[in-house]
Amino acid sequence: MSKIRYERPVIKKIETGMPNKFGTRTEYEPMTHIDGLAVKSLVKEYGSPLFILSEKTIRNTIKKARKAFETRYPKVQFAWSYKTNYLNAICSIFHQEGSWAEVVSGFEYDKAISLGVDGKKIIFNGPEKSEEDLAKAIKNNSLIHIDHLDELYTITELAEKINFRPRVAIRVNMDTGVYPMWDRFGFNYENGQAWDAINKIMHSGKMELAGLHCHIGTFMLSPYAYGIAASKLAELALSVEQKFKHEIKYIDLGGGFASKNTLKGSYLPGTDINPSFDDFAEAISTALLNSNFKQDKLPLLILETGRALIDEAGYLLGSVISNKRSSTGRRNTIVDIGVNILFTSFWYDHRITPAQAFTQYTEDTCVYGPLCMNIDVIRESISLPLLNRGDHVVIHSVGAYNMTQWMQFIALRPNVVLIDMDEKPHIIRLRETLDNMNSQEQVPAHLVKFNK
Amino acid sequence: MKLRKNVAVSEAGLLFNPVTGESFTVNPIGVEILNLIREDKSPDQISKAIVDKYSTDQTTFEKDYDDFIGILYHHNLLESHEETTI
Ligand SMILES: Cc1ncc(COP(=O)(O)O)c(C=O)c1O
Repeated sequence: MSKIRYERPVIKKIETGMPNKFGTRTEYEPMTHIDGLAVKSLVKEYGSPLFILSEKTIRNTIKKARKAFETRYPKVQFAWSYKTNYLNAICSIFHQEGSWAEVVSGFEYDKAISLGVDGKKIIFNGPEKSEEDLAKAIKNNSLIHIDHLDELYTITELAEKINFRPRVAIRVNMDTGVYPMWDRFGFNYENGQAWDAINKIMHSGKMELAGLHCHIGTFMLSPYAYGIAASKLAELALSVEQKFKHEIKYIDLGGGFASKNTLKGSYLPGTDINPSFDDFAEAISTALLNSNFKQDKLPLLILETGRALIDEAGYLLGSVISNKRSSTGRRNTIVDIGVNILFTSFWYDHRITPAQAFTQYTEDTCVYGPLCMNIDVIRESISLPLLNRGDHVVIHSVGAYNMTQWMQFIALRPNVVLIDMDEKPHIIRLRETLDNMNSQEQVPAHLVKFNK
Repeated sequence: MKLRKNVAVSEAGLLFNPVTGESFTVNPIGVEILNLIREDKSPDQISKAIVDKYSTDQTTFEKDYDDFIGILYHHNLLESHEETTI
């Protein structure tokens, strides 16, 4: 006779009146499959923890974003923000979907070139570009976004030396009503720095001022702020046109659209309240179309959207190591996922779903990782169905930043698997090995021997 | 070990403690264990009954059982050891 599926005995106090910090139960269905593949088999084949990326979701999302903008504005170009996820397979999906590359360092620049991206379709942002990086970008005719005056002078000198006219933009920071204001990067709009920099570029005659750029923040929940940013850059562009009879070819509004994740401390889930691509597109295109550009002189709109294009396509699978009680009787669930590979758990209340069938009983628990450190908390408080040792969990919306900001710490970073359009799995980044780690190290001769 | 006298457990898993006015929900296996405790079954007997019926092993169950009993104490639903020895 087969036995009944076991569930831990639980008892839970019924709280009346007070809303509780664990929130209401959100999980009604286990997530047994991702794009047709069983979570259980994926873990068996590729190990736990395991990052999964869905090619289907990535392509659907970029298509949705393009449609939102292209139906409202005649000239739109997305540029994939490499720092968000620069695994080669992922960048290639975006490039196949028509995105340019947006990079912020020499390493990212070289990565784009090595993938075969045309230099003319690389936007080079960031405050730290070496002379060597800049020279390379100038020769490749890339779009260089100037962050500060020192860079402006370096580019002027290099342009003379290389005898090539670099295509540049300046990064502008501004007050869009959002707090805190991002004013560390680029030139300020309100105090006239941006206009000064533009004048320096135009008077030098050594560069082609092709565009204007801003990136007003990240995980922005206000489409309205983008409307303001677009209006301010439009005004600058029109001033350039008026004073220098020079046409600004593009306006780049950077990244920053919120994904569907839920920010820590938010009362409502991000899926319910965060603006859609349509909301952002409406605010931006309205601002540009209402500005004083002539119909045939509308600038190209560039978007460097990162997290909103990839977060939902990423899943992190893990396993339950143990269930414990804290000294105060609180339930703790230890999983094999540490914050070193789930950096975004510092910002988000990531949704967690069990990967196997469960009953309607739940438990309020704290989910933490294996790092032996107090900060290693994935979810401080979450109401979850009962989990047993060895059960699998699926952490949702982890596609952005985790696979670039992850740290190797006490264990090796896991496999990353892409599920393609035909629901076939491919490893796109191999699990690290001890040999990988050791191959980067060198031990001086006098430290090689010790008494065994 | 004894459940406090007045504590009422329904088959549907609602538990009420009239002394404190607190209500609790218990899952079916929890109700089963509470009933076995009521019937004065020893921990070993309870463990055997559960392991025979459900797809689990003794070690796993005994760990979960201890945890469950701990929470019953925490909520003051069991007669404390001192009381039973008086
Ligand atoms: C210049 C620039 N562009 C684009 C992005 C992508 O931002 P997000 O992922 O918030 O869309 C960033 C991220 O910080 C950035 O610094």
